[in-house]
Amino acid sequence: MADYFGRVLPILTIVLALLVFWYGAAIFMNAPAQERANLRAGLGEIPFSEFVAQTWAQDKPILPAPHQVVAEVLSASFGIEPTNKRSLVYHAWITLSTTLLGFGLGTVLGIALAVFITHNDAADRSLMPWIIASQTIPILAVAPMVVVGLGAVGLTGLIPKALTSMYLSFFPVVVGMVKGLRSPESIQLDLMRTYDANPWQVFWKLRWPASMPILFASMKVGIAISLIGAVVAELSNVAGGGLGVRLLNGSIYGQTIQIWAALFFAAALAAVLVMIVGAAERGINRRMGEMA
Amino acid sequence: MSVTTSNTPNGINGSPHAPVVHAEHLGLTFKTNDGDLVALSDVNLVIEKGEFVSFIGPSGCGKTTFLRTIADLQKPTSGTLTVNGQSAEEARRARAYGYVFQAAALYPWRSIEKNVALPLEIMGYSAAEQAERIKRTLDLVNLSGFEKKYPWQLSGGMQQRASIARALSFDADLLLMDEPFGALDEIVRDHLNSELLKLWERTQKTICFVTHSIPEAVYLSTKIVVMSPRPGRVTDIIESTLPRERPLDIRESPEFLAIAARVRDGLRASHSYEEDA
Repeated sequence: MADYFGRVLPILTIVLALLVFWYGAAIFMNAPAQERANLRAGLGEIPFSEFVAQTWAQDKPILPAPHQVVAEVLSASFGIEPTNKRSLVYHAWITLSTTLLGFGLGTVLGIALAVFITHNDAADRSLMPWIIASQTIPILAVAPMVVVGLGAVGLTGLIPKALTSMYLSFFPVVVGMVKGLRSPESIQLDLMRTYDANPWQVFWKLRWPASMPILFASMKVGIAISLIGAVVAELSNVAGGGLGVRLLNGSIYGQTIQIWAALFFAAALAAVLVMIVGAAERGINRRMGEMA
Repeated sequence: MSVTTSNTPNGINGSPHAPVVHAEHLGLTFKTNDGDLVALSDVNLVIEKGEFVSFIGPSGCGKTTFLRTIADLQKPTSGTLTVNGQSAEEARRARAYGYVFQAAALYPWRSIEKNVALPLEIMGYSAAEQAERIKRTLDLVNLSGFEKKYPWQLSGGMQQRASIARALSFDADLLLMDEPFGALDEIVRDHLNSELLKLWERTQKTICFVTHSIPEAVYLSTKIVVMSPRPGRVTDIIESTLPRERPLDIRESPEFLAIAARVRDGLRASHSYEEDA
């Protein structure tokens, strides 16, 4: 019990501090607009407490107050049928499917490239610089080219957006797995040689299990940036929907509450996805006999 | 590089009467950025079946390199070497030896029984045969009851015993051991030494054992090979006169002390050479 509080208390303290800061910032940032509005409405001197309440209840605030965002998240996810295009759940589902497909493709591609690189010196020297260069190009520039370009040849919908996710998420996996597959010590490799093991056996019985810790660390990074890739790709395919489209529409129409709600939904989604990868990691660790 | 594969002394592969290890004018030179490093120079040695041979010498004398050459983990650059009458590479491919490294080198994600099963899986033994061999070899090293444990749950001595079980599991007649007890404390070491002797007696294997402990070498061996560094070479080969049956207190007998003194003399000779240089 004490241990539980020991872990939860620091987190709650930070959350509380953030909330205090946020509410304060909301007063400060929304005050000018509120003053102008009150002037136009002919409201004279009003008590400060009432003024504060007004800044926390605007329709299109510069910075919405936390309870406004929470209310929007709740009403837009539980208040509306999930099949409705105004539902956050509807858009989150689109983003989630893109993310998962892109993440799956990226992980497979990353592992495949890492296997190729670790078994082929020429590939190591020739491929690695290109892999690193691929990540120096801003994803904001790549996403429209992929989505619009593939759309021009008739490939639309989920796949082009998932490819953008893949473009981001394969990178941590390939870099991590190259290191992981090379992590066995020379003594462990020598042992395999004394058994006259073939390369296939060396891979499955030594290199692959030895790289598991790094694979999962890379996949945690990969799934989070896979979501970012999906959101960015959605900006180039407005008709397709998704949390990215909610963000875009929010900013076009000045619906700041809607932007923040979509933002929080995306962040929560990423957190859940990372947690799922973490749970899978713990499961594998237990099967591999790691100390409790 | 291919010197060893041709020109074998008997010219017969796997001849039943060939010595287990036969080295003639064996040399190994490492090419480094600072020039050539002579690790082994003109090593001549015959090891017969059932012998327990210790290699002793200061670090850099090439004793580990020689063991690795027998195991085909390193290629000699001159001379000839046969293992069971074959080239070292052929012997390795025939899984002629079990190798015990300085560290236990157990795979941390495998339980003890799965670690012992590793060579059996690679060599394609059936599940039933694997189970039988795991049980037998873990019995042999007194680790019964620890099958399901993971390496981190075992002490250093027990881990090294598990690695010996792993080397024994596929019944190679030759056991190559590279300072297997070097990292263990003296009490555990004494215990494992006497267990190793019993195991050797029971299995009738040929054992090559690298050490830098004089009492360990004398206590265990039927033959002691004294080596000296720069360049690594054999300076003395001592045939032990001790009986095969050796209680631990044999180490206080005059015979034991006489052999130990001769080993020490051999080592000192190589040291004075070092100081003069």
